[in-house]
Amino acid sequence: MSAISSRSDGLRATRSPRNPRKSLALTLFMVIFLIYSLVPLFWLVVNATKSQRSLFTSFGLWFGSDFSLFSNIHDTLTYDNGIFLRWFANTLLYVVVGAGGATLLATLAGYGLAKFRFRGRGAVFAVVLGAIAVPGTALAVPTFLMFSQLGLTNTPLAIIIPSLASPFGLYLIWAYAEDAVPGELLEAARMDGAGELRTFFTISIRLLAPGIVTVALFTVVATWNNYFLPLIMLSDPSLYPLTVGLNQWNAQATGVSAQPIYNLVITGSLLTIIPIVVGFLILQRYWQSGLSAGSVKQ
Amino acid sequence: MKIHLPSTVIRRFAVVIAGSLLLGAALAGCSSGSAPGSAGTDVDAALKAGGTITYWSWTPQAKAQVAAFEKKYPKVTVKLVNAGTGNDEYTKLQNAVKAGSGGPDVAQVEYFAIPQFALAKSLLDLKPYGFDSLESDFTASTWSHVAMDGAIYGLPQDSGPMALFYNKKVFDQYGLDVPATWDAYIADAKKLHAADPTKYIAADTGDAGFTTSMIWQAGGTPFTTTGSKVSVNLQDAGSKKWADTWSQLVENKLLSTTPGWSDEWYKGLGNGSIATLITGAWMPGVLESSVKDASGDWRVAPMPTYDGTAATAENGGGGQVVLKQSKNPALAAGFLRWLNADKDSVKLFLASGGFPSTTADIDSDAFKAQTPAYFGGQKINEVLSAAAGDVVKGWTYLPYQVYGNSIYGDTVGQSYSSSSDLNPGLRSWQKQLVSYGNDQGFSVSG
Repeated sequence: MSAISSRSDGLRATRSPRNPRKSLALTLFMVIFLIYSLVPLFWLVVNATKSQRSLFTSFGLWFGSDFSLFSNIHDTLTYDNGIFLRWFANTLLYVVVGAGGATLLATLAGYGLAKFRFRGRGAVFAVVLGAIAVPGTALAVPTFLMFSQLGLTNTPLAIIIPSLASPFGLYLIWAYAEDAVPGELLEAARMDGAGELRTFFTISIRLLAPGIVTVALFTVVATWNNYFLPLIMLSDPSLYPLTVGLNQWNAQATGVSAQPIYNLVITGSLLTIIPIVVGFLILQRYWQSGLSAGSVKQ
Repeated sequence: MKIHLPSTVIRRFAVVIAGSLLLGAALAGCSSGSAPGSAGTDVDAALKAGGTITYWSWTPQAKAQVAAFEKKYPKVTVKLVNAGTGNDEYTKLQNAVKAGSGGPDVAQVEYFAIPQFALAKSLLDLKPYGFDSLESDFTASTWSHVAMDGAIYGLPQDSGPMALFYNKKVFDQYGLDVPATWDAYIADAKKLHAADPTKYIAADTGDAGFTTSMIWQAGGTPFTTTGSKVSVNLQDAGSKKWADTWSQLVENKLLSTTPGWSDEWYKGLGNGSIATLITGAWMPGVLESSVKDASGDWRVAPMPTYDGTAATAENGGGGQVVLKQSKNPALAAGFLRWLNADKDSVKLFLASGGFPSTTADIDSDAFKAQTPAYFGGQKINEVLSAAAGDVVKGWTYLPYQVYGNSIYGDTVGQSYSSSSDLNPGLRSWQKQLVSYGNDQGFSVSG
């Protein structure tokens, strides 16, 4: 949450048309931040082109003597009977069903809370706000014990069900719907005889689109990067998402029967971030308009 | 957005959970696992009758071993699952124990972690299955890790009697003598680092497994357990002896701060910037397969000692156990017996660079006569086999060693990172081990 508010502040400060003065200190700060953000990415790209041997013998921040990117990709995709592709498919499943479901539920609930008056609304508000404050990591263990009693551990449902709840998404949609969907419009639709569901799907959902995309983006990133929950829930590698799978490859370099495959861990990490980077670039314009919603009075 | 915790934090957290689950299982006197009795203890009959079992292991050899087993016993199907390396697997194992199901029939567990599972009553006692007759097949030091409190909780697979691995090229270049004592080792460390500040005698940023092995070699017995009574004394004579010696290297910054098993570390082993390794006898396989550039450079010598009399300890290595919750314990025991005591299986295991725990293999002349080219044709197994016989007796691990090792970095690790005397670090480790143990329902003194 803090990331949101600070970023929106940043956007406002740098994009404000009334203050075009250039600040050297700020520019310098941004350059440093840019380097800080890009160097690990650069390292990843550079080192994904190295074989394990040259990884151990060449300087980390520049290319080695060989260019093994394509053989690395080939090895990553075929190692251990192509388990990486399996992990990729698992991650997609968890993201599509988990993050998609979370977005849908957050939209329905947030819209409902924003636009309908009913008893207990204040209580729901308090519970949702409270739920935002609880980090998911703290809930992982109680969730595990609950799921093990239900016999759901080591199944895809153990990852999907907890991802379906996104109190932050709900809150965001709620706040967004307050402003983006005028009550008068809903009144007019009701007068014309449209049912609530029809109003929602034909009118409200379009007005809410930027907010929905923002929530989708957040839940997709959260599910894509989800590590701790699958780590404790799953014991069968064929159910792993990419995060846990790559960690297993990484751990292979340790101990008695060590089999380091650092080149595959690095190439696998590069392949893992590509979809999320692409998704972010495509959806970011929605995200920006979602963030600035409500900042100006209409 | 997701908060990115460093993986060590996450791992520690996972271990904490495992630990807190352990407590439940230990105190409840095990409500999970079912008693074996009725299913029968005839291992051979079970192997003939067949069935399906699950085996958790991260050893690379497991695939070939399972295939060979299934060929020999066609009615048995073994589902091989790599549930993670080391602590990752123990966390899952502990979770399965707590949940009462979902665990494998047979699991790989390193020696240091066996007491944790054994004392929580989550492992099957294999004595009724006739496993006591196998004792003479294994070295005394590895057997002592699986047999405790009059029960047999597993079979040893490999072992790690410690030795000194040194880069002969570096030693020759800087005129270093192969050290027989720790004083000579420290002298070499000083000489090497003074001659070339980029080179270090060893890399050690603080590793619980290494520390416990070194205390073991020095004759310390900091952890003793009788029933639910545990005693922790990381300032006993042996512990102090090691800490006083090793502190000289730490305080004078004579150790490389490259974390073990990282890509940088492998790099250092290859280019000579890390000149020695004091580690288990399983290391040659790792060097041969993953530090190919240094082929011909490395040699093996007996582990340095304090007074010149041969003494060593075990580092790493582990065995396999049968979980109490196994639905077919006799079959699981049959698989385990074949896996670690059958010649064909041990042969497959050794083919990929493991170091045996079976006396027949350690003492065999063919094994000792091997002259691997990687080590310049040196008969390294002569040194390593001798080390297996020199392991100091009497060592035991804590019944919550997995958790104990996870907090090592916050205590002894702090002494390492501030390049200061290790004794205060050991004392603070002891303090935390005592209070954690008491919280877990043990009665810990220290």
